[in-house]
Amino acid sequence: MKTTLSYYKKYIPLMLIIVVLLFTQAMCELALPGYMSDIINKGIILMNQSYIYKIGGLMLAVAFCSVVCSISANGVAAKVGAVTSRDLRSALFRRVTAFSRAELEEFSTASLITRSTNDVQNIQQTTVMALRFMIFAPCMGIGALVKAIRTSPDLTWTIVLGLVAVLIIMVGLFIAVMPKFKVMQTKLDRLNLVVKERLEGLLVIRAFNTEKHEEDRFGEANTDLTRIYIFVNRAMSILFPAMTLIMSMMGVLIVWKGGQLVDTHSIMIGEILAFLQYAMQVVMSFLFITMMFIMLPRAAVSAGRIGAVLDTKPTITDPEDKAEANGRILQIPERRGLVEFKDVSFAYPDASENALEHISFAAEPGQTTAIIGSTGSGKSTLITLVPRFYDVTGGEIDIDGTNIKDITQHELHEKIGLVPQKGLLFSGTIASNLQYGKSDATDEEMREACETAQAMEFINEMPDGFDTEVSQGGTSVSGGQKQRLSIARALIKKPEIYIFDDSFSALDFKTDAVLRKALKEKVGGSTFIIVAQRINTIMDADKIIVMNEGEIAGIGTHRELLNTCSVYKEIASSQLSEEELGREGA
Amino acid sequence: MSEQQNGVRSTNKKPQRARQRGGGPASQMMPGEKAKNFGPTMKKLMHYLAKYKISIIVVFVFAIASTIFTIIAPTILGNATDEIVKGFMSPQGINWDTLDKILIFLTVIYGLSFLFSFVQGWIMSKVAQQVTYEMREQISSKIDRLPLKYFDGRTHGETQSRVINDIETINQTLNQSLTQTITSAATILGVLIMMIRISLVMTIVALIVLPLSAIVIKLVVNRSQGQFKDQQNFLSDVNGHVEEMYTGHMIVKAFNREDESLETFDEINEKLCNAAFKSQFYSGFMMPSTQFIGNVGYVAVCVLGGYLAINGKVSIGDIQAFITYVRSFNQPVQQVANVMNLLQSTAAAAERVFDFIEEDEEDDAYGTTEETKVHVDMAHHHGEVSFKDVKFGYEKDEPIIKDFSYVAKPGSQVAIVGPTGAGKTTIVKLLMRYYELDGGDIWVDDHDITDYSRSELRSLFGMVLQDTWLFNGTIRDNIRYGKMDATDEEIENAAKAAHIHHFIMTQPNGYDMEINEEATNISQGQKQLLTIARAMLANRPILILDEATSSVDTRTEKLIQSAMTKLMYGRTSFVIAHRLSTIKEADWILVMNHGDIIEQGTHEDLLAQNGFYANLYNSQFAELAG
Repeated sequence: MKTTLSYYKKYIPLMLIIVVLLFTQAMCELALPGYMSDIINKGIILMNQSYIYKIGGLMLAVAFCSVVCSISANGVAAKVGAVTSRDLRSALFRRVTAFSRAELEEFSTASLITRSTNDVQNIQQTTVMALRFMIFAPCMGIGALVKAIRTSPDLTWTIVLGLVAVLIIMVGLFIAVMPKFKVMQTKLDRLNLVVKERLEGLLVIRAFNTEKHEEDRFGEANTDLTRIYIFVNRAMSILFPAMTLIMSMMGVLIVWKGGQLVDTHSIMIGEILAFLQYAMQVVMSFLFITMMFIMLPRAAVSAGRIGAVLDTKPTITDPEDKAEANGRILQIPERRGLVEFKDVSFAYPDASENALEHISFAAEPGQTTAIIGSTGSGKSTLITLVPRFYDVTGGEIDIDGTNIKDITQHELHEKIGLVPQKGLLFSGTIASNLQYGKSDATDEEMREACETAQAMEFINEMPDGFDTEVSQGGTSVSGGQKQRLSIARALIKKPEIYIFDDSFSALDFKTDAVLRKALKEKVGGSTFIIVAQRINTIMDADKIIVMNEGEIAGIGTHRELLNTCSVYKEIASSQLSEEELGREGA
Repeated sequence: MSEQQNGVRSTNKKPQRARQRGGGPASQMMPGEKAKNFGPTMKKLMHYLAKYKISIIVVFVFAIASTIFTIIAPTILGNATDEIVKGFMSPQGINWDTLDKILIFLTVIYGLSFLFSFVQGWIMSKVAQQVTYEMREQISSKIDRLPLKYFDGRTHGETQSRVINDIETINQTLNQSLTQTITSAATILGVLIMMIRISLVMTIVALIVLPLSAIVIKLVVNRSQGQFKDQQNFLSDVNGHVEEMYTGHMIVKAFNREDESLETFDEINEKLCNAAFKSQFYSGFMMPSTQFIGNVGYVAVCVLGGYLAINGKVSIGDIQAFITYVRSFNQPVQQVANVMNLLQSTAAAAERVFDFIEEDEEDDAYGTTEETKVHVDMAHHHGEVSFKDVKFGYEKDEPIIKDFSYVAKPGSQVAIVGPTGAGKTTIVKLLMRYYELDGGDIWVDDHDITDYSRSELRSLFGMVLQDTWLFNGTIRDNIRYGKMDATDEEIENAAKAAHIHHFIMTQPNGYDMEINEEATNISQGQKQLLTIARAMLANRPILILDEATSSVDTRTEKLIQSAMTKLMYGRTSFVIAHRLSTIKEADWILVMNHGDIIEQGTHEDLLAQNGFYANLYNSQFAELAG
């Protein structure tokens, strides 16, 4: 909240200008009823026509001044709103980009997206509203009150009465309706969920003939929602008539009590009419302020959520002296890509137990190092440590003898070609996605990479080839195709180290095998680290690391492990037939 | 919070339509989307309201009555003022009897106006809710009667948006805009009459202002609509970029593209900032300028009124009343303009809803004649399935299954294999009559499947799909889904047979444990076991199994295989197979590629053919480094 507000500091002068402008506008608006009262008192009653014209001219001038102030204030407010939200958005985006996985997980990606989009938008709207109305309404209200008191101090109590009545109604409604708004949202979410589930389960629902049941489930959610809607709408339907009634009754009261004062010649008739208008202004302004107070908590929540992100510092940083760090990597005589884990331990932030313990192995250039294990064994965690998505909590990881913490993240990432589990693509064309690996990649390079990644076949089948549009969440490419494209993307980069995070899972056995063979042929000199669930994928690896509950249960080749490692044997026997096991074991 | 996240997820790259209401003055003059058939759609909407005829008539009468009271009140207040002026001018002072009477009468009028408008709102809230409730129910039952084909071409979000957003739009309109139109129209008319009654000249002067005001509004709206669209477009650009970069955070980092991403972001962020400023600035013109024009009218009335009063043509009370009228004239005019806009977008929303409700349904007809109609009697079903010269294509002129025949004996296993995207689920969808054949026929136990009603036909099948479908509810209810009237004991037996009983018992609350909204509180493997338990409980003679490709941990994998084997025992099963063991044990294998069945036979037959299947099978053992 505080952090978010600090982004407004720069614009305090602009905001002061708005205050001045709006104050002037309020004064102008308030002058009008006074002039009208003058027209009645001094013009009509004293039969002075030229006075009426003079005052009329003055009124026009004042009205014009008011509109100029109002438009200018609006312009400045729009500017402040737009600029501050730009600054906030930019600060958020920069911060999130610098975050490591730990911070990303802490907030969750979905929530970070909401914070950078909806929350900022929310704040922008509130800022503009606040700068215009939150400043104007009090100016107007207080001004009108002062004028009213000056016009007739004896009638002021009617205004107080009106305000109290408004307050009672507003507070009453607030207490009755506010909690229901939250309930309304959950009921709406519930309805949404039921619809979503039904659409996703179309096949199953029809297969089990449970349409009736689903309709009942929907009906229940629908009835719940309708009931709460009726309550809230009915409660709200009292608001407008009640406010009208309060103001009208205030008018009656003012005329009645004003009449008595006129009778005793304490005030003039024009003054009653002016007072009446001031009184209305006061109540209206008050109403406005209360409504703003209903809006503010929402914006405050958004501001708090944005502030929480901005207050979080990225945990993974580059070494202090970047030049020196890059120099260090340049000293290494030749590009190789030897990855060494030296007694690495790792615990997720806030976790009480280590996810990985005492991991030591080396992944050598020209070799395939495979990592296998059941879900939760820590195999995926292990490889996220290499590109420093998380930092190790014990031991160290070296590349070509240099601790990865001693080089810049940029240098480190240059060396690594990562293929994520769910082939993550960006919206654009197939070509633009491939060029993500190397921005100046030629058609020839792309074709070559796609051939190795077994992607050429389906790209050729697409109407626009490399220019086929892909959308991030879209269905234009299947899961297996996405995986192959993200493999091609990594290939184009020509890194020293390839990391495949279960990147073959959506491929059928045949494509899986052909692809791995092609990889060996084309880029066999690189270091391969492959995480897999399917034993077929890794059977031929030079080195298989078997993970179990965060520790290494065995290292060796397929054949060695079948004889020595019980965890591996269990995995193998569940996936391979007796015959295959026999053939391999013999 | 969760709603906002949903919003983000569903608005992929599409420009977000600003559906929110009341978000500043700009949203009120948003260019609404237009309905294709405004008239007929509105007529249909009226049809829904016809049921509540009496309520609506009452609402209208009350609304108009309340408006009339509001309109005459200023005149009466003006009379009170005149009474005071009279007393001020005369030596006897104010005639309090008359004044009190006027004021009491006024109080009654205000009170009645309040009552009428409140009761009107009270009734209308309910009517609006009942109409939209009914629409939602209609959409709900429609979902189950539409052919699957309908959903193929649409995202779930699209359908969901009709149930939630479109109906919400209709709801808002019914709740507020409908009566607003009536009261606004009544107010304009009534105020006009009252103004003319006071002074025709003053009315004319006051009205000159109106077209001026309209012109300014028109100019501002035209100008700011363009700006508003720009703002929406840039906003969705920025949001799209943010969403994509955050989801692909890992890739952006791994490929060292942070700087490029920041550059793109800064560029569109700056554009958004400019557009947001312009849009706010132009839309901010409207209120002050109409206010100014209103003030000009106000001044004109004051001056002219003063002149006329000196000449004795109007009284001071008249001026006071007139000013109130002029002030209350602007608002309904603006409201009517708003409502027109709103009605357009309501019609567009209603049109989408009606389109959905009126969509062609899966026909209920079955059996070519009365005699051929059959009913399912479980005791007589053993699960023989035969395909005779089956032809089918999702598109009429693109047949993908050209001529397929096969008889599956009761209790036999048919494996369907093929590369990713080969159309392996097509056969299954035809079998359960999710789609109609283009030629040939399928028989289940001596009857053509078209001789059964769809629901009875489907009651012969049990199904376990790869994307396990579980809903937000207890584990018990999720299993019970296979047989709605199952006892708790039956459910537990099914769970035991599916090897999931032990797991369930180790969970907090056991069978009553809630599966959360995203079904993330149990693992993939356990989800599969639960759906197997569901199929066990359903106990249907024919089975459809879709083996999962994504592997689960070893122990669960073993359990799943064992449970599946148990489930298939004694049932005719069609398995979309990924595991070699399943394929090899199948009685018959259908090999599919590009949607077509290209080979069929037993494992040995197919290997001997040395074709596509043999290739697929052998490739598994291809050496990595040749």
